[in-house]
Amino acid sequence: MSATPAVTLSGARLAYGDRVLWDGLDLDVAPGEFVAVLGPNGSGKTSLMRVLLGLRALSSGTVTVAGQAPGRANRRIGYIPQQRAIDPGLALRGRDLVGLGWDGHRWGLGLRGVRERRRRVDTALAEVGAEGYAERPVGLLSGGEQQRLRVAQALVGDPAVLLCDEPLLSLDLAHQRAVSELIDTRRRTAGTAVLFVTHEINPILPLVDRVLYLVDGRFRIGAPEQVMTSETLSDLYRTQVEVVRVRGQIHVVGAHGEVCEDFHMHEHLAER
Amino acid sequence: MSDFFDFELTLRLLSLDFVISALLVAAVLGLLAGVLGPLIVSRNMAFSVHGTSELALTGGAAALLLGWDVGNGALAGAIVAALILGLLTRRSTEYDSVIGVILAFGLGLGVLMLWLYKGRAANKFGLLTGQIVGQDFASMALLTGAAVVVLAVLAVVYRPLLFASVDPHVAQARGVPNTLLAVVFAVLVGVATALGVRTVGSLLVLALMVTPAAAAARVTASPLRATGLAILFAELSAVGGIILSLAPGAPVSAFVTAISFLIYIICWIVGRARRTALA
Repeated sequence: MSATPAVTLSGARLAYGDRVLWDGLDLDVAPGEFVAVLGPNGSGKTSLMRVLLGLRALSSGTVTVAGQAPGRANRRIGYIPQQRAIDPGLALRGRDLVGLGWDGHRWGLGLRGVRERRRRVDTALAEVGAEGYAERPVGLLSGGEQQRLRVAQALVGDPAVLLCDEPLLSLDLAHQRAVSELIDTRRRTAGTAVLFVTHEINPILPLVDRVLYLVDGRFRIGAPEQVMTSETLSDLYRTQVEVVRVRGQIHVVGAHGEVCEDFHMHEHLAER
Repeated sequence: MSDFFDFELTLRLLSLDFVISALLVAAVLGLLAGVLGPLIVSRNMAFSVHGTSELALTGGAAALLLGWDVGNGALAGAIVAALILGLLTRRSTEYDSVIGVILAFGLGLGVLMLWLYKGRAANKFGLLTGQIVGQDFASMALLTGAAVVVLAVLAVVYRPLLFASVDPHVAQARGVPNTLLAVVFAVLVGVATALGVRTVGSLLVLALMVTPAAAAARVTASPLRATGLAILFAELSAVGGIILSLAPGAPVSAFVTAISFLIYIICWIVGRARRTALA
């Protein structure tokens, strides 16, 4: 691992008026490191993504992404959004979605780069095993197939940083594993730093190097076994929280339902 | 009705200068509509195009009343409308209703101005259903010039515009200026719409701007092929509509809409059959 961090935040503060999402946040993410960003709704996980993408300015503190100010480095960032319904009538094939990740941000028609684009897209499709449905309209694909294409789309541009915003939400367990393993392989082989926003740590628990846990303006950074403890989480949530480990999985049982880490579980099981 | 499909008459009319220039106008318009259409459909902007064309009518009516050039008035009206509608965010739940509000008010204003206008009644009707025959050299030059500018700008912004249209979240994350592109595209659509208002009329601009692209999206999912087919369908509708309208001397727009609708129905059936075969 090289010494230059892929992402640095120092003394970072983000506030909307009086409401402080987080303050004094210091975080260096090394190339190839896998950092999970956890916390309840409204704790500022998505806002952190927006800051890194240059879509929101910090209230104070400094941030760099791939060695540059946010907003300047977007071409070096791969972004995997959560799965959303796509209009079945949309004129866009899987291959086109991936191609946009390669050169969709560039001006012009790109007629000169057609061959290179095709080669890159074919490679990226093969890496995620999506060749079989690359020619089909994306709106007709399953959520899992769409998310595999999303991984290809994010990786085809050879990013230094991979930002994942709930990419496993609404996927079944098999697809959750497949998609997170694709991301893991990438960071191990190419040294891409991964920031992974999620409600649920269990599908990615074996892959995570460090956890950034945000609650109500407070946060904790550390290895999963340090942060995901009854003591630390009770402190963060300011209420009695019980962390239970069952067969290698972490379950957070709190006084309030919202604290519960696995409350999305029934949704996953219901999908397809 | 006996001369409705009179071949000899059609052929004789086709050799006339003003008919040839009308066909050229239609061909240029078909090309513009075919290129812009797939993006309009991807962005769910059909209603916004309709609003823009109605406000082009308002601009044209204002120009008629004030004694200015109707084409320039329509262009001004469409661009103002496009800027207003382009600045509204697509995500906003108010989007549809705001278009409806602006459209209704603008159309009301247009009706008032047409009532106040005491000139030739044909000028009024022409704004609604188009006046493709009788284009002078100046309007031909305006059309061609505007079309070249629209196509040139589109060539520059095409890739990020497609990205922002079909995949806005990731496009934004990759640094694509979505809002700027929305405004630029709205203006391009506004210019093309204003040109369409003069020829097929404001009520029927949708037949060229939306229907061919919607038909193409039924039979292909490739953005490139969809654009090619949309151009083909728009040309068939526009040029074919004029040729068919010659012998009976009927309004062009009736034929343009009929052809584009027929193409849409065929593509809908083909697309449905294919999808059933896949499933």
